Amino acid sequence: MFSTIFQNYHWSIVIILMMVGLYVVFSSRNLIKKLVGLSVFQTSVFLLYITIGKVAGGQPPILVEDHGSGGGGGEEHHASAVTNLMAGGESVAAGGAHHGAEILYSNPLPHVLILTAIVVGVATLAIGLALVVRIREVYGSIEEDVINNIDYRYNLEGTAD
Amino acid sequence: MDILSAYPGWLIEHGAALLVILPLLMGAITAIMPSERLSWVTTMIVTLVLTVTSFGLLLTIMGGESQLYRLGGWDPPHGISFVIDGLNTPVLFLISAMALLTTLYALPSVAAEVEPKKRPPFYAAFMVGVAGLIGMVVTGDAFNVFVFLEVSSISTYVLVAMGASRDRRALTAAYNYLILGSIGATFFVIGLGFLYMETGTLNMADIGRILADLDGGSRVAMVAFGFITIGLGLKLAMFPLHMWLPGAYAHAPSFVTVFLASTATKAALYLMLRFTFTVFDPSFDYVITVVTYVLTGLGIAAMLFASLQAIFQTDARRALAFSSIAQVGYMLLGIGIATAAGLSAGYLHLLNHAVIKGALFLCLGAFWYRYGITRIDDFAGLGKMMPWTMGAFTLAGLSLIGVPATAGFVSKLNLVKAALDKEWYWAATIIVVTSVLAIIYIGRMLLTAYFQSPPEIDGEVVAKNEAPLMMLIPMWFLVLLSVAIGINADLISDAARDAAAVLMSGGS
Repeated sequence: MFSTIFQNYHWSIVIILMMVGLYVVFSSRNLIKKLVGLSVFQTSVFLLYITIGKVAGGQPPILVEDHGSGGGGGEEHHASAVTNLMAGGESVAAGGAHHGAEILYSNPLPHVLILTAIVVGVATLAIGLALVVRIREVYGSIEEDVINNIDYRYNLEGTAD
Repeated sequence: MDILSAYPGWLIEHGAALLVILPLLMGAITAIMPSERLSWVTTMIVTLVLTVTSFGLLLTIMGGESQLYRLGGWDPPHGISFVIDGLNTPVLFLISAMALLTTLYALPSVAAEVEPKKRPPFYAAFMVGVAGLIGMVVTGDAFNVFVFLEVSSISTYVLVAMGASRDRRALTAAYNYLILGSIGATFFVIGLGFLYMETGTLNMADIGRILADLDGGSRVAMVAFGFITIGLGLKLAMFPLHMWLPGAYAHAPSFVTVFLASTATKAALYLMLRFTFTVFDPSFDYVITVVTYVLTGLGIAAMLFASLQAIFQTDARRALAFSSIAQVGYMLLGIGIATAAGLSAGYLHLLNHAVIKGALFLCLGAFWYRYGITRIDDFAGLGKMMPWTMGAFTLAGLSLIGVPATAGFVSKLNLVKAALDKEWYWAATIIVVTSVLAIIYIGRMLLTAYFQSPPEIDGEVVAKNEAPLMMLIPMWFLVLLSVAIGINADLISDAARDAAAVLMSGGS
């Protein structure tokens, strides 16, 4: 039981971060803390994507020159490395070892994807913080209970104070 | 087909890419424009081009030709491809046409509700939102869907928050929408991660093929399906995940509410159809279980509870927002029936409801514009004060209820037929019962408007003050369209049948 958890420690971290993040979003009544929770939650997904790109024993996906051969041989090697990359893109499970080439690469695609997701996450956080600033200006508080209370009284009286 | 020959060849050939790139690019340019009028004219031109282009694409689809647009000439599955087929083109046309109509309406409406110096960026955010919605509908790449989903969502948060100069609750509504929307999108992207683990590809057609070969795949694919369903469920306001919707619809600027109500949830619903039926397939055990028990159950729950909640609202916009959640329930029921008839009925209701709810929210926007009215109690005498707007509201309301010779009747009838075909008599009964509930909440507004006399201020009856022409045109266009669909629904039914055919054939 424990050995399974420790052997797959990256999954454990993903799950823990995900649950912590979600819990903070739902339990916290402070608008900033909620955004912090949301960021933690999104970070867990970044980690999930990054870990799935790793192929056991795989190298970073950078083309390496083969020192042993020169000229035409190098060209051929180059080509096989490229097919290798493509194979990595097609099937994570098969890794790069698909075509029987010597060099095993990690799959770079999830990392590229998650770069996009990080940008999206930053944009969302920025909008969220900007909204909190505006809410603070208008309501004078960033505690959800206080804000709901103000809105509730506003609804009862039907006039703005 | 004659109209199609008037189109230049490049417009049809590259239309798919143009639909996304044009509003995205012009959005960025509009953001720095100095004048409000200039930014409005730009938005108008862009949405007009979008409508014309998507109409051309719609014509090619009706000619029976689907398109695969390869971005940068890279073949799928390695490159990103845009797809134009019977399923997404009607939604594309819906989004661009609604964008055009609401932009026409925006000139008086935005002038009344948004501060002057914020107007050019407001139109910019609107265009980026349109680009995002179109992108998530047109793309054939699963990760691209996430990116466009977030592009449209982020601009929508901004647009909703712009309602703050009219009603400060727009800020908290936008904040709640942001939190729930981001959770939804993150669930979706977790699901995509699992799908990628299972299949090693992100092209939707490719994922579909590989999953079919794997006969549904392992538990990883099941988890992926769960995450994707919940993520999209949040975006389309599936019943217990709808908490963001009433606030966002009630407090956003009228123009934004109209656009959101008629396109945003519809695009998410399209994605739900796309993922459930072409990426995954109902022939997998876990998919058909979720579709039959979860989606149908939640759809029915939405129809009943959201309709009941709509009855007890004091704010007209909130009432119609709850009604939107109930209508999403009808569409989910159509998906839950999972036969060709059920799917085409659900799809038809998706298109019809966009027209009907768009018209209703346009009218509510006009009431606010002239008299500052949002509460149902204040509707008193509106039948005399704004006869044309109230007339449009009445016809659209009848269509929402599903009175014969309106669009709502056609799609509800198809839905009932599909339910009866499947021998789900209880579902047919519930459709009828919830239509009665719709009579109550719409009827309440109509009764107040027509049978109570206009209020008196300082002993004088409030004068008649009709909405400006710029508001009446899009309103009546949608209302007449809904009546036209009610009288002759052949064209739109054919489109819905084609869409269902794409879904049933697994997308290829």
